[in-house]
Amino acid sequence: MGDAVPVEQIDAGRRRDVAEALRARLPARAVLYEEEDTRPYECDGLTAYRRVPMVVALPEDDEQVRHVLHTCSSMGVPVVPRGAGTGLSGGALPLADGVLLSMAKFMRVLRIDPQARLAVVQPGVRNAAISDLAAPFGLYYAPDPSSQIACSIGGNVAENSGGVHCLKYGLTVHNVMRVRGYTIAGEPLEFGSEALDAPGYDLLALTVGSEGMLALITEVTVKLLPVPPLARVVMASFDDVEKAGAAVAAVIAEGIVPAGLEMMDRQATGAAEEFVRAGYDVGAAAILLCESDGTPEEVEEEIARIKDVLARAGATHMRVSGDERERLKFWSGRKAAFPAVGRLSPDYYCMDGTIPRRRLGEVLRFIAGMETKYGLRCPNVFHAGDGNLHPLILFDANSADELQRTERFAAEVLEKCIEVGGTITGEHGVGVEKIDQMCVQFRPEELEAFRAVKRAFDPRGLLNPGKAVPTLARCAEFGRMRVHSAAPGFPELPRF
Amino acid sequence: MDAVLQGLAERVRAAAQSGQPLRLHGGGTKDFYGNAPAGEPFDTRAYAGIVSHEASELVVTARCGTPLAELEQALVEANQMLPFEPPHFGAGATLGGCVAAGLSGPRRASAGALRDFVLGARLLDGRGRLLSFGGQVMKNVAGYDVSRLVAGSLGTLGVILEVSLKVLPRPATEASLRLEAAEGQALEWMNRWAGRPLPVSATSFSDGVLCVRLSGAPAAVRAARESLGGAELPRAAEYWTALREHSHPAFAGDRPLWRLSVPSTTPPLGLPGTQLIEWGGALRWLASDAEPGVVRDATRRAGGHATLFRARDKSCGAFAPLSAVSARLHRELKAAFDPAGIFNRGRLYPDL
Repeated sequence: MGDAVPVEQIDAGRRRDVAEALRARLPARAVLYEEEDTRPYECDGLTAYRRVPMVVALPEDDEQVRHVLHTCSSMGVPVVPRGAGTGLSGGALPLADGVLLSMAKFMRVLRIDPQARLAVVQPGVRNAAISDLAAPFGLYYAPDPSSQIACSIGGNVAENSGGVHCLKYGLTVHNVMRVRGYTIAGEPLEFGSEALDAPGYDLLALTVGSEGMLALITEVTVKLLPVPPLARVVMASFDDVEKAGAAVAAVIAEGIVPAGLEMMDRQATGAAEEFVRAGYDVGAAAILLCESDGTPEEVEEEIARIKDVLARAGATHMRVSGDERERLKFWSGRKAAFPAVGRLSPDYYCMDGTIPRRRLGEVLRFIAGMETKYGLRCPNVFHAGDGNLHPLILFDANSADELQRTERFAAEVLEKCIEVGGTITGEHGVGVEKIDQMCVQFRPEELEAFRAVKRAFDPRGLLNPGKAVPTLARCAEFGRMRVHSAAPGFPELPRF
Repeated sequence: MDAVLQGLAERVRAAAQSGQPLRLHGGGTKDFYGNAPAGEPFDTRAYAGIVSHEASELVVTARCGTPLAELEQALVEANQMLPFEPPHFGAGATLGGCVAAGLSGPRRASAGALRDFVLGARLLDGRGRLLSFGGQVMKNVAGYDVSRLVAGSLGTLGVILEVSLKVLPRPATEASLRLEAAEGQALEWMNRWAGRPLPVSATSFSDGVLCVRLSGAPAAVRAARESLGGAELPRAAEYWTALREHSHPAFAGDRPLWRLSVPSTTPPLGLPGTQLIEWGGALRWLASDAEPGVVRDATRRAGGHATLFRARDKSCGAFAPLSAVSARLHRELKAAFDPAGIFNRGRLYPDL
C-alpha cells in the first residue's frame, strides 16, 4: 500500500513532468522544484528525519488543490500534506518521488459567528490567531498546544493536538465541528456540521488525528468558548518527584477538574528559570502548576481546595498567582520548556507517551533508571493532569553513538508506557518517528483494520503513505511480532 | 479464555461463513431507533460487568452487557457521572446499546456528546476477530480513532464488547429555573447565555416556557441564578429525567417524532406539529404528521439533519441521506469491518 522502502533519489525526468502538469493550473510561483526552493521543506519539527521532496505545491484556492490532487492521482504520485511544519513526529516528512502539498497559502478566516460561537477558517490559520480574533467577542478557541503561536489549525486537525488546558476543555476532536476538503481523487468531502452532530458514521472523529492520511482538509469550523472571567494558578514545590505525581492523582480524586495541571522536574525548571525567569523554585525536585478558572467566586473556592489537597500531598512550598501578569509569568516557563531545554544541549529528543496517572511515579523511576543506563540526561515536562509525558532526552546528533543510545532510550520508555496501560503518543502523532512502536502497541489484526480504514479513503495509498500505520512486513522486520500476551489488547485471550 | 466471549466469537464466525444476518441487541430498549432491526437475534447481555473503575483516573471500563443503571450507580457511589447523560429508554438499557446508539441527553450542549467521552473500545468484527482500539488514557493519537467511529454506528461495524469512557465528578450544586418566553426570545437567550461564562448544564423550551439547569460550584450557581432571573423550576430532577427519557408530555402521542439537529441559532423552523427544544437551540424535537420531505428539506436548509426518531412508518428512511462520496465511504468502512454484511443490516442505511 505505497508503504515500500521510500525512494531516496529524485528522478529528474519525472520531476519535470509532474511540475509541468501542476503548472497547467497553478501559477509558476506555486510549484517549486529547484532544490534551493524545495530544501526548506525537507523536514518538519522533527529535524532528525530529512528528505527533499520531488516537487512542492503551494495551492492558493480549492480549485488549485483539486488540480494538484487530480494530477497526482492520475500520475500515481504520492502527496504529503503539510501545515505550518511544526509537527514533532515527522508526519510531514516529504517523499523523494512525491509532491509536498503545503497549505501555507490557506490563511483566511472565513467567518466568525459570535452568536453561534464558531469560527470557519482555512487550515493555514495559526491556532493562536483564532483566539485573538475571537477575543473582542469574549470568546476563544480552547486547545492550546505550546506551539500555538506557530502551529496551524490544519496541522492540529491532522494530529488531534492537545495543550495545557485539555483536561477540562478537550482536544482538537472535541472542539472541531466540521471539516471540508477532498479525497485524494479530488472528490469534495464534508464531515460534521454547524449542528451538534451529523448523520451516519462519525467520519469527523475519524479524520481528526488521521495524520493527513485520509483526506486533504481545506476548511475547518471550530467551536468557540466564552473566556473565563478569571484564572489563577497555584505553583507548588515538592521535594520528591513521586510525591508530586501522587499529588496529581490526589487533586483529581478530590473531584477537581483543574483548567490545567502541569508538572516539571528539577532539570526542566532549572533550564526554564535560566531562560525566562518565571520565578520557579529551582531547589524543588518537581513543581506542579495547577490552574483554576471561572467566576471569581468559583476560582476562590477551587483554589482553596487545590491548596488544601496539595498541602496534604506534601507540597513544601506554594504560591498563587496574584494577578494576570503573574499567572502568565508562571506559565511562561512551562510554555518555554522546550526551547529552554534546547539550550542545555545541541539536540533533544521529545517523547509523548501517555500513561494512567496512578503509574506516574513508577514511570518516572523507570526514566531515571534509563538516564543512568544510557548515560544521557532527560529533563521531564508533563501534562500531568492527562498523564501525558514529555521526557526530553538530551544528546548530540553529531555523535552517532549518542543518537543510537537516544533512540534505544526512547524506545524503552515508549514500551514502558504501553506496558503500564498507556500509549506511545498522546498528542504528537506517530508519523515516521514512532511507527515501529505501533507494532508493539497494536496486534496484526488491528493494524490490518487501520489499513482497511485507509483503503476506504485512499485505495491506492497515495495520501501521505508510509506514515502512522506500519505494514506487517515492517513489523516483522522490527522483530516485535510477539504473541500479544504483553500487548494491551485482550491479554486474557489466546490467539485465534 | 472467557467462555462467553468465545461463544460470541464463534457465533459471529459461523454467521459470517453462512451469511446469516445478525441483529445485535442488549435490553432491546432502543429497538425503535433507526430502521427496523433484521436478522437472527444476537444477545450481548451475557458479556457484562464493570472491568475497572479508578476514580482518580476519571475512567470507567465496562462490558457491553452491563446494565446502564448499574454502571451509573457505581459512578454515583464515587460521586462521578457519565457527563453526556445518556437516555435509557427503559430499564433494560445496556452500555453496549448506549454506545451503539450514540445518543446523549440534556447535558450534551455543555458537556459534550457520548463520542467525546469514548476513550477506547474492544470489538468483535465481522470475521469474529477481537480488536482493541484506543485505551484508558485521556490522550491517545496512536492509530485511527476507531473507538469514536463505532459510537453511534448502531452496531453495523461490529459487536462493541467493551468500552472505556471518561467520567467526571458530579457537580457540587444544581439549580433549575423557569422563564416565560416566546420561541424566538428563548432561542436568543439560550445562545446568548452559552456565549457567557455561566454554568448552564441544560436548557429546554416548549409551550412558552424556557427551563434552564445550572450545575457547578455553589458560588457560580448562586451568581448565575441571580443574573438569569426567573422562578425556581419545581421537581427539577424529575423534570430533566423526564426530558431525557422522553416521558415528558411533549413526547406523548402517536404522531411521528422527528429529531432535528440544527445550528443552535436557527430561527424558529415554523414546521407544523408540537415542538420541544433542547441543547441551547441545537436539538428540536418535532411531533408532526408533516411530509418527511418537508421536514428534511427545512432542516437541511437550516444546515442540519432530520432523523425520524419514533414512527410506525419509516419507509422514508430513519436517517437523512448522505452525499454520494460519504455514502461510498460508509460502504467501504462497513466492508472493512464486516465484509459479509452480517451485523444489523439496514439499521443505519439500507445498503449498510
